[in-house]
Amino acid sequence: MRAVTIVGASLAGLYTAQALRTQGYDGEVVVIGDERARPYDRPPLSKEFLAGKIEADVLTLESADDDLDARWLLGSPAVSLNPATREVVLADGTRIGSDAVVIATGARARALPGTRQLAGVHSLRTIEDAAALRSELLPGARLVVIGAGFIGGEVAATAKALGLDVTVVEAMASPLAGPLGTQMGAVVSGLHEANGVALRCGVGVERIVGTGRVEAVQLVDGTLLPADVVVVGIGAIPNVEWLIRSGVALGNGIECDHQGRTGIPGVLAVGDCAAWYDQRLGRTHRVEHWTGAMERPAIAVAALLGGDGSSTDRLAGIPYFWSDQYDVRIQFAGHVIEADSVTVEEGAADSHNLLAVYRRGDVPVGVLGMNQARLFGRWRRQLNAAVPV
Amino acid sequence: MIRVCPLSALPPGEALRVDAEPPIAVFHTDDGEVFAVDDTCTHQDASLADGWLEGCEIECPLHASKFDLRTGAVDAPPAKLPIRTHTVHIEDDHICVELSDAQPNLPPGVTFGSKS
Repeated sequence: MRAVTIVGASLAGLYTAQALRTQGYDGEVVVIGDERARPYDRPPLSKEFLAGKIEADVLTLESADDDLDARWLLGSPAVSLNPATREVVLADGTRIGSDAVVIATGARARALPGTRQLAGVHSLRTIEDAAALRSELLPGARLVVIGAGFIGGEVAATAKALGLDVTVVEAMASPLAGPLGTQMGAVVSGLHEANGVALRCGVGVERIVGTGRVEAVQLVDGTLLPADVVVVGIGAIPNVEWLIRSGVALGNGIECDHQGRTGIPGVLAVGDCAAWYDQRLGRTHRVEHWTGAMERPAIAVAALLGGDGSSTDRLAGIPYFWSDQYDVRIQFAGHVIEADSVTVEEGAADSHNLLAVYRRGDVPVGVLGMNQARLFGRWRRQLNAAVPV
Repeated sequence: MIRVCPLSALPPGEALRVDAEPPIAVFHTDDGEVFAVDDTCTHQDASLADGWLEGCEIECPLHASKFDLRTGAVDAPPAKLPIRTHTVHIEDDHICVELSDAQPNLPPGVTFGSKS
């Protein structure tokens, strides 16, 4: 193999380039990115960066001693992939041919229809998004956060600490209902309320009111929430539309085997855009957590360089995420969807200091920690070691 | 010099966080060695005393960066900077830590007290 093209220049793309070099590949590496910035870390964008505690320079993901010898093509997105030749075409017309393509195009924030042109309405995915939002988070301003997921919860906590009047609206029965389930999601409800953030769950947004600039958020039950600033945190959409005519199988993300191979030889996918086959679930499953984007490129690269991969049958770890909200560090590993029960085994819900284990029957399938890093880490390790049944 | 605790109070395989500015983590390895390093991961704010100790290596409980306790070197990313190490003396069966006068590599945005 002489040339590898990585489409995507964020965490998964960079770690793919690093894995190629670490695993001994010495051919050409091209990294394509739609943003102009070199790879940067996104999790602080809703926390320390948004709070003004750190600046953009410390978000850089590359080290001074990285010697990737890669060619960076930044600022123009890929628009097509030819499956036969593996040629990637960029929006600016550049054509890149190579022996293998690793797709790491990530995901973008889902927008509320019809709100893009309204000043004061923000989503949060890129450093530009975060800088724009940061400039509007002024003490005393009224912030309405739509969606109580990771972004929504973290933005609410950051904004509250900055002195804003914060209301969070969530269509589901609790915050983080998808990733944690509603029972533990209710604990997160209590966390918002204990910190003086108003929470409206189980009600959808009818529309955002305002001409030129946002004035309020109207809920489907008729409630009007006055707003100076609105953050829309209603999930992310994988950036895969450019592959529609490529023959790469697309479902919820790019369909891959358990090591990131697509159905097209020499084409792999990693990070938020990829749905790897999960042996525990028995189906493909898209993971959009930071740790997956960091850990999986090494597995995909081993599969790529090892030919059929049979000699390097590494498995991805169970999905893991963390979220810092107020003074609580939430950590979760596993699959809520597999569980039929959840039990608090340490601490208590009202203290926001607990360890909860999710089980299917008697078998642990997930673990949640709130300010329980040590115990959580031991559980996560056990779950990772367990053989899928 | 900080007198931490009797050696017997920290069994092999265990770790202890010592309140200092910045905080310190003390580890007693399964091989019986005692090491002290800054407790806060150099990548982001997490307590290494809560991490996973294997041999002379500590894995951060947040993002799985690994550090060599003997040298402070990064063994696995995402951390890029080494963790500062301190000198451990065992005196009268007590763990005593002599603080390094090197600059700590605290993660961005993290400060402790007046010294940092």
